[in-house]
Amino acid sequence: MTKLVPTGSQTVGPYLHVGLTWLTTQDIAGTAGGRRIRVTGKLVDGDGAVVPDAIVEVWQANPMGKYAHPEDKQDKPLDDAFKGWGRCPTDKDGMFEFTTLKPGPVPGPGNSLQAPHLAITIFMRGQLKHLYTRMYFADEAENANDPVLNLVEDRARRDTLIAKKDGEGRYRWDIVLQGKNETVFLDC
Amino acid sequence: MVDVVGYRREIPGTQPAHLFPDYKSTVKRAPGKPLIQIPHTLTEVTGPLFGHNKLGPNDADLTKQCAGAPIGERMILSGRVLDGDGKPVPNTLVELWQCNSAGKYHHPVDTHDAPVDPNFTGAGRALTNDKGEYRFVTIRPGEYPWGNHYNAWRPAHIHLSLFGPSYLTRLVTQMYFPGDPLLPLDPIFNCIPDEAARNRLICNFDIETTIPQTALGYKFDIVLRGRAATPMVD
Repeated sequence: MTKLVPTGSQTVGPYLHVGLTWLTTQDIAGTAGGRRIRVTGKLVDGDGAVVPDAIVEVWQANPMGKYAHPEDKQDKPLDDAFKGWGRCPTDKDGMFEFTTLKPGPVPGPGNSLQAPHLAITIFMRGQLKHLYTRMYFADEAENANDPVLNLVEDRARRDTLIAKKDGEGRYRWDIVLQGKNETVFLDC
Repeated sequence: MVDVVGYRREIPGTQPAHLFPDYKSTVKRAPGKPLIQIPHTLTEVTGPLFGHNKLGPNDADLTKQCAGAPIGERMILSGRVLDGDGKPVPNTLVELWQCNSAGKYHHPVDTHDAPVDPNFTGAGRALTNDKGEYRFVTIRPGEYPWGNHYNAWRPAHIHLSLFGPSYLTRLVTQMYFPGDPLLPLDPIFNCIPDEAARNRLICNFDIETTIPQTALGYKFDIVLRGRAATPMVD
């Protein structure tokens, strides 16, 4: 079978809002049932300057650990009201925020289980291709056995993927693009 | 246990690196540390799916979104979205944005001294049909200056954003026009090392989709990342 080379990636540039903010979805939970959580974070560059012109996207499983997608064939319930996708442009202070339901654990490679996490995609001027990363939750014991977190050997770097508890139902997760405390980015 | 079929990894040279100093904004925004390669799990092989309920009637016709007709040369942009095996990707969302015919974006940070067109938003979206085809009616975008280096001008381009079937098929790209003299000078276009891959960002003029007396046709096929193997289908 012919294998085609994927189309090359290009930056979203500084005018990304023109094409992308129509689908801004900060409330991922929508009308779905369940307890809301709020995830807030700041995006900064290699100088520590805030990034006010990025878009952060989230993909996640529902609280049962099932994705709203036909390739997830697990025998777990889906809520039609919960699609698990969000998009948020950063504001002038580099901040982004999502309201959602905490995902459940999902299967990993082999017999492993992945700790609850959000799959993150980041777009901005100055990025020729988007960045992939993940956000985990500090109050999840399963983090210790997560097959992706455990690929990051350096403890301090691993912790860049874990959001801190910031009050009841609130989590804080900052993204550092470069330098000291640089967030772990993933080659997916 | 859940076995998933992963996606093929990047072919060296066919995608940009994160850091490309000729494009200055990458210098402080590209990761400095190596990326951690992860296996593809259920998280990565799934992704958001969007339906027709998201789209408005004139979303794919940028000449009909406002009270009057936009200034500029009308064009039809159409093509297919294909997977890495050449199979059409149906019902997938394509988002489009661009400047107007004078090279000005409908955006507050665009300080270029060129007129805004009150009849042109520069934003569109479409879903591919069951053959993986999409089609936009728009205005040919202008070139415009930017601050990257002395006398820097972006070649005419249209931004496209695609989702495909999974988290791993997400793609944002820019489509360029054949024969643009600015292409060899543009660091964004030239960030892709492989010449053939780079040139695939240039659309083709197409007389077949050109509408007599009305609009020139351009074709642009988009290839999303392919599967490492064919997944089982129910």
